[in-house]
Amino acid sequence: MTTHLNLTASTHELRAEGLAVGYGERHVLSGLDLEIEPGTVTSIVGANASGKSTLLRTLSRLLSPAGGQVLLDGRSVHSMPSKELARVLGLLPQSPVSPDGITVADLVGRGRHPHQRMFRAWSAADDAAVAHALDATATADLADRPVDELSGGQRQRVWIAMVLAQQTDLLLLDEPTTFLDVSHQIEVLDLLADLNRDRGTTIVMVLHDLNLAARYSDRLVALEGGRVYAAGPASAVLTEQCVQDVFGLRSRIIDDPVSGGPLVVPVGRHHVAAG
Amino acid sequence: MTATLTPTASTGSPTGSPAGTLAKVTGARLGRRRRRALVIGILSVLVVAVFAASLMVGRTFYGPAEVLGVVFGQDVDGATFTVGTLRLPRAVLAVVAGACFGLGGVTFQTMLRNPLASPDIIGISSGASAAAAFAIIVLGIDGPARSAFAIVAGLGVALLIYLLSSKGGVAGTRLILVGIGIAAILTSLTNYLLSRAGSWDLQEALRWLTGSLNGVGWEQVLPTLVALLVLAPVLLGQSANLESLTLGDDTAAGLGVRVNRTRLVAVIAAVGLVAFATAACGPIAFVAFLSGPIAARLLGPNGSLLVPSALVGTLLVLVADLVGQFAIGTRYPVGVVTGVLGAPFLLYLIVRQHRIGATS
Repeated sequence: MTTHLNLTASTHELRAEGLAVGYGERHVLSGLDLEIEPGTVTSIVGANASGKSTLLRTLSRLLSPAGGQVLLDGRSVHSMPSKELARVLGLLPQSPVSPDGITVADLVGRGRHPHQRMFRAWSAADDAAVAHALDATATADLADRPVDELSGGQRQRVWIAMVLAQQTDLLLLDEPTTFLDVSHQIEVLDLLADLNRDRGTTIVMVLHDLNLAARYSDRLVALEGGRVYAAGPASAVLTEQCVQDVFGLRSRIIDDPVSGGPLVVPVGRHHVAAG
Repeated sequence: MTATLTPTASTGSPTGSPAGTLAKVTGARLGRRRRRALVIGILSVLVVAVFAASLMVGRTFYGPAEVLGVVFGQDVDGATFTVGTLRLPRAVLAVVAGACFGLGGVTFQTMLRNPLASPDIIGISSGASAAAAFAIIVLGIDGPARSAFAIVAGLGVALLIYLLSSKGGVAGTRLILVGIGIAAILTSLTNYLLSRAGSWDLQEALRWLTGSLNGVGWEQVLPTLVALLVLAPVLLGQSANLESLTLGDDTAAGLGVRVNRTRLVAVIAAVGLVAFATAACGPIAFVAFLSGPIAARLLGPNGSLLVPSALVGTLLVLVADLVGQFAIGTRYPVGVVTGVLGAPFLLYLIVRQHRIGATS
């Protein structure tokens, strides 16, 4: 998978050290260490309430850790000027809100916020970045359409275009495929793979679907009880033991006939052939 | 459609060339800017026209020459008193207060992403109004002290609503419901205060209940004007940040907006504007509530609503005051007229929101 690394790859290094995050009394993450390799696609997987979203939200500074720190190129993201951080690290949260009647081009243009000064002197560079983001996500044809008229898959591509217009080397996405049907899930993941391959964008995402996570990621991070249970290439992380420990699920791991990587086949109480 | 789009995703749009897309983006942006300039331009012209009319029209009509003469300090027989002392401060306060209510209202509505969350619905205006009435009737203070009292009360009410509704994160709907309850309490408090001030006439009472510009002098205009000149630039400085907040708090934070700081600055500026205006002419009913949605309808999704809302607020107060004074047989205070406009709109919004809430 390291063949995906190329010369234009992001050189920004994101790292979590001894991260502890809690809501009130409840500890969600405790002493979590994580290193995101530049230019790779990393997926965070784990059971519900294992701290996946909390980890992503802390990495992107939406949450402040009670202990430990998140370092971007050695500097704590929680003490960096917010616009400076937003020029390096983009975030697509789980449920962004599109204002009433806003058009696709306008929404994508909002991604330019960190590059603009007070009273927004809009420049030709801003227009170029928006146009580029529309082209990269194949949403140029939708540019004049109101966002609320689009299908779920189109809307998600538009939101990705908005974070692309932000032109960051790092992209964090919180469950970018939720609420999409399977063909749109693949469409979004293919788009992210394109970005990673063509621009060297470092991608970190929370994904629910283990098999899609395995196929589309260079590295998987499996969380269990607020700690990293295992991290590394999908083939190393996704073992029957891991699925048992992280999800409490019996499974068989077979070769994915399409990608050649691991494929998790869950074993439930029913519909299990004898032998 | 999706199947054909995916393979081309990395190389470009299926139909448009990169240059075509750039032209499209630039064109769309210039179109948005034109619409914005047009709406702001027309509103400004209307404000100037109605402002001029409100100086000329009255029991005695004065032409543009006489009015201009008075404005530039000449001594015009009769007009100097009628226009200079009676009409001019009244019209200027209509402009200033309208802008204050418009800015304050749309800031809250934008921040909480709900048109019902305007300061005159959620009790901030009522708080400032009750405080101003209390200052005059019970404490017997007037002028800047009264303004200060109204502002402290407005901020206090804002803080109270925040504390009462923030259990486990601020939920928009709960904040609005708490605010409506507080507004009711404060309005009855104002009623009680007014009932104790027996010698007051109805006009004066209505000032603190629905807002009135009757008998306004420069001493009421000045503090409000200063507040507008100081606080409006503060809000306009947050304009881009407020725009990003409409995408959701998380998205805004991802775009480098310091969400809590933006909110704090915007709330203090908005409450200050509303409270200063309320201290001068009472909570002119529904102007804060109506301006933002009207501006949004006129402008469409074409950028910040702050300036258009300020202009709409100004226009509403100017026109409503003219209507209240001259269009109907009896002279009604401005707030009665805006109240008649605002109440049906409030009902419409509640019905519509309820329907949206029920289906989603």
